[in-house]
Amino acid sequence: MPGSTLESASPDAAAVLRVDAAVAPRLSGRVWRSRAFAVGAGLLLLILLVAVLAPWLSPHDPYEQDLVNRTAQPIWMAKGTWLHPLGTDPLGRDYLSRMLYGARISLLIGISVALISGLIGTTMGMLAGYFGGKTDMLVSFLVTTRLSMPVILVALATVALVGGSLWIVILVLGLLKWDRFAVVMRSATQQVRSLDYVAAAESAGASTTRILLGEVLPNVMPHLIVVATLEAASAILLEASLSFLGLGVQPPLPSWGLMISEAKAYMFFSFWLIAIPGTALALLIFAINLCGDGLHELFSPEGRS
Amino acid sequence: MIAYALQRLGLAVLVGIAVSLIAFLLLRLSGDPATAIAGEGATQVDIELIRQTYGFDRPLPVQYVAWLGNLLRGDLGDSIYFKTPAGPLILSKLKTTLLLGFLALVFALAISLPLGVLAALYKNSWIDRLCLGTAVIGQALPNFFFALLLIMFFSISMRLLPVSGSDTWLHFIMPTIALGYYVAPAFMRLVRAGMIEVLEADYIRTARAKGLPRMQVVFKHALRNAVVPVVALTAVQLGYLLGGSVVIETIFALDGLGYLAYQSITFKDFPVMQAIVLLLSVIYVLLTLASDIANAWLDPRIRVA
Repeated sequence: MPGSTLESASPDAAAVLRVDAAVAPRLSGRVWRSRAFAVGAGLLLLILLVAVLAPWLSPHDPYEQDLVNRTAQPIWMAKGTWLHPLGTDPLGRDYLSRMLYGARISLLIGISVALISGLIGTTMGMLAGYFGGKTDMLVSFLVTTRLSMPVILVALATVALVGGSLWIVILVLGLLKWDRFAVVMRSATQQVRSLDYVAAAESAGASTTRILLGEVLPNVMPHLIVVATLEAASAILLEASLSFLGLGVQPPLPSWGLMISEAKAYMFFSFWLIAIPGTALALLIFAINLCGDGLHELFSPEGRS
Repeated sequence: MIAYALQRLGLAVLVGIAVSLIAFLLLRLSGDPATAIAGEGATQVDIELIRQTYGFDRPLPVQYVAWLGNLLRGDLGDSIYFKTPAGPLILSKLKTTLLLGFLALVFALAISLPLGVLAALYKNSWIDRLCLGTAVIGQALPNFFFALLLIMFFSISMRLLPVSGSDTWLHFIMPTIALGYYVAPAFMRLVRAGMIEVLEADYIRTARAKGLPRMQVVFKHALRNAVVPVVALTAVQLGYLLGGSVVIETIFALDGLGYLAYQSITFKDFPVMQAIVLLLSVIYVLLTLASDIANAWLDPRIRVA
């Protein structure tokens, strides 16, 4: 019963139940985890807001070069000024503005890759789980083949051959990262498939498409959301790695991974140029993973112990 | 048992063929190799000559079969950049990468086993939360950012370790940490979950009731059973480690397969690129095969399913 799971997982319900001494030790872990989820969701919401409002929050144009103030220090260092609160990069571009616009790139990558790979993987997984037999064997074979090829290497090679750009990276990662969706959706569909309401829909003469989309999909949705969250985080990390190696998003776009790559040569004297985008990436992934873990906890009854 | 092993072997061979087909098509379909080999400033006549010499003018299926035939005879083609046969070239670098992968795995297990056991023994205490919290933070840190942090601390501030190269064992310390820390959280969670489950089992209660020392029960009886799933995860994680070595070896200029992959990608050295993708995939397929068979041997239930 997904409904009741959600209710008892809300902090209020947990607080009421905490009075019951018998369940107290088990619940303390749960309350702590729902707090972790709140932190993650709050942080993620903040980053989303910052990304959406980037044009209004940025003090400067992210591509504008202030040649007098190149590699200016951020505000917490001795020579920092409020003109450039996070300093400037070696080309004199305002670091805060680039960070704000960079959030858009990371989020765009995470969301679009999760959508593309989610569509492919969910279709494959649901078909395999629903039909079983030869379909299942074919899908399992495709998943095994896909898993045996290192994502980062195949992505690097493809980007090197086709040429790097934001959309190429999204497409390549989207076409590569469907494996976990397929695996999870397959087993989730297998579980739902044998339930009464699917049998009822079948005997009522509903078409296969209708059963899959109307009966199965809504009931495997919790799993889908959890996988999508974790895959979005992994896609953001992969894009950052590709861009860091120079084979992802191309300059002058302010991708956080690319910014770290561009700052590498200056790491000795200007380590903040690496530390700022690196910390931002870590915070974003941290927030998404906390949300994913939290959602997993909310959705799965076995996760409650 | 033999039937199961043969079935797995058959699947591995099929996956190997599929991977070779993808590796072949990936590099043939994403650009004209003759133009790339000829380089800038080549005339149309040069390109045509190269096309005929390399056999790029033949139909794709013919090219694939010829390529596969050469492959089975151990001929992986010649490196365009290094002007040497690709096979011996990649094999000479493989040792470094396998060593790095092995060290990273040992490092990851050395952290995750004790922490996982500790977290399970003190479930829901502050120790448990500290371990899980560290895991979430660890998984959020991009490996290239963490590598740069290590360089900043150990090489630039403390002046303890060399930044790049692969001459001494000192050169392997930072790459091992930078590659291994990322897989540790997954192992830790698995060990923790396994231990929690096993510690509640009847035979543990029996062992405790017999009056055996607590440590002996934990390490001799419980841990041995809790690590069975870790074996299965090891194969998957090795796949990640091999892929991740591209980023880490490039940062530390460690002279292995990952660095060679990066070089071949930036120089558009197709035969080497192809050979590396293929080799890493075959290694992964073999490891999965070994782990499947090892698991079936450890747990007879798997063989039947």
